[in-house]
Amino acid sequence: MAGNGNSAFVYSDAFTRYKFTEDHPFNPKRLEMTLDLIRTLDLLDPGQIVTPRPATFEELARVHDPRYLEAVIAASAADADPDDFARWGLGTEDTPIFTGMHDATSLIAGGTLVAAELVMSGAARHALNMAGGLHHARRAEASGFCVYNDIAVAIAYLRETYGARVAYIDTDAHHGDGVQWIFYEDPDVLTLSLHETGKYLYPGTGEIVERGEGRGYGYSLNVPLEAFTEDDSWMNAMRSVVIPTLQKFAPDIIIHQNGCDAHHYDPLTHLSATTRIYREMPQVTRMLAEELCDGRLVAVGGGGYDIWRVVPRAWTMLWAELNGDPLPERVPDAWLSRWQSESPDPLPAHFIDPPGSFEPIPRRAIIEEKNEITVRRVLNGTPLLF
Amino acid sequence: MLVEQIMTRDVVTLAPDNTLQEALDISRRHRLRHLPVVKDGFLVGLISDRDLRAAAPSSLDQAGDNSILCDVRVEQLMVNEVITAHPLDFAEDAASQIYKHFIGCLPVVSQNKLVGIVTERDVLRTLVEMMGVNAPTSRIEVEVPDKSGMLAQISDLLRARRINTSAVMVFPGGKEGYKTIVFRIRTMDPRGFIQDIEAAGYRVKMHPCAVTDGEV
Ligand SMILES: [Zn+2]
Repeated sequence: MAGNGNSAFVYSDAFTRYKFTEDHPFNPKRLEMTLDLIRTLDLLDPGQIVTPRPATFEELARVHDPRYLEAVIAASAADADPDDFARWGLGTEDTPIFTGMHDATSLIAGGTLVAAELVMSGAARHALNMAGGLHHARRAEASGFCVYNDIAVAIAYLRETYGARVAYIDTDAHHGDGVQWIFYEDPDVLTLSLHETGKYLYPGTGEIVERGEGRGYGYSLNVPLEAFTEDDSWMNAMRSVVIPTLQKFAPDIIIHQNGCDAHHYDPLTHLSATTRIYREMPQVTRMLAEELCDGRLVAVGGGGYDIWRVVPRAWTMLWAELNGDPLPERVPDAWLSRWQSESPDPLPAHFIDPPGSFEPIPRRAIIEEKNEITVRRVLNGTPLLF
Repeated sequence: MLVEQIMTRDVVTLAPDNTLQEALDISRRHRLRHLPVVKDGFLVGLISDRDLRAAAPSSLDQAGDNSILCDVRVEQLMVNEVITAHPLDFAEDAASQIYKHFIGCLPVVSQNKLVGIVTERDVLRTLVEMMGVNAPTSRIEVEVPDKSGMLAQISDLLRARRINTSAVMVFPGGKEGYKTIVFRIRTMDPRGFIQDIEAAGYRVKMHPCAVTDGEV
């Protein structure tokens, strides 16, 4: 039974056309699997589904260089040569070109725009676009599997149309660099990214000292955590930084990017979280939205490269939280039996990974200590708080 | 990279007959720590904000007499023997001069005229760019035997995967007979590259993918 019915689920099967190659880690099958899990649990009323529209050229051009948009359009043709697009970050191993790329990525950007529109206009209290969260895309460059920055497009819309103060929370394991750089000088957009340190991990940025520039100084926050960070340390860091800064910033709307690649199983990162954080993090942002901005919360997806064991559970928990639905402890057998044959690994039977699912990290104490120091340094250096 | 590519061309300068008060105002207004002193385009000296502050009366001294700042001219306080750089010097030579002489800047002089200035900050910015930190990258350290051709072998692996490299640094290895190559590569998914390196018989050191849990 779907919860309060006042949350919107922005979705189209066409979202799955955002697909680079068969063996690329960014696999849209995770969307199908998640939707199937949500439906199996009966958490989605058909009336809650909102169909996205593609973002227009003008809407995209609020944050992207028109020459880059033209390049993406040209690269989307069936006979495009990847070598022609290297200067735009396209045609690489990370972001290969594919036919229909512009349409697919415009639809995702439009989906996040629609989600922002629904929430800001009051038509919905919360809205989710699982396909969104393409936080690495830059003004004139594709990066890290992201072509258009749907989040930045939505924030620019909220700024221009409503003059809204936007708090952007990014809990993907990778630094939310694209969104940060686009609003680096804007004091009305607070960007806050919690991630694995860029010492080894892409994109290498997200240091504490990146705090914004000019009038935007103090309105970019970064919490780079150590490799092998586990649940408690991650959640402590998130609560300690997000709660006081949002309370002080007093946003009109919160956008939360919910990449779920900080999990122990994720093949691209080196954090050691369990699914527990994917239940607790949306609770924190939803609570803050209730407290600070009449509940206005837009949630988007993001990274998540164990598409079998992690993403469907994480984003089902996210939707249940937005929708105010209780969740059973166990993943339904019907869903498990439908997908198990395709999965290379046994699918977990519980939403929350049971205690003892993973070996404790040998250097836990020193990792936690380092993270606590990082949090202190972030808070001490944030002018917003004083 | 050459000094002319990293220097500031639009230099704020003083004249020898400016007063110390004028110099102090200019250094504060432009937030500059070093001001070259120029006469007819020729560099004749250099003055730092530290020298100016040292000459000024203490702000704690209420009765402080400011008149000295208005009476003394820049040429009386400036350093005459200035260490300079040439536009065609290498950026790393400029860095080495600044480091060796404990100084904060190098005026750049060509045909006896001041044409630019390189500060510690310019050098650091250049270093940061040379290390590839300003582009989105993953960082991987590889240990290879200290013999010729190693860099080429690993680069071939990158080429085969169409991965672009943002920076490469080669350091002496910690172990006798080895060196370390640091790559900053423009991919979010370095797994294939790491496998290729290991399959080719080299060791990836200092990467969480290549170590036991929690051991970095
Ligand atoms: Zn990610």
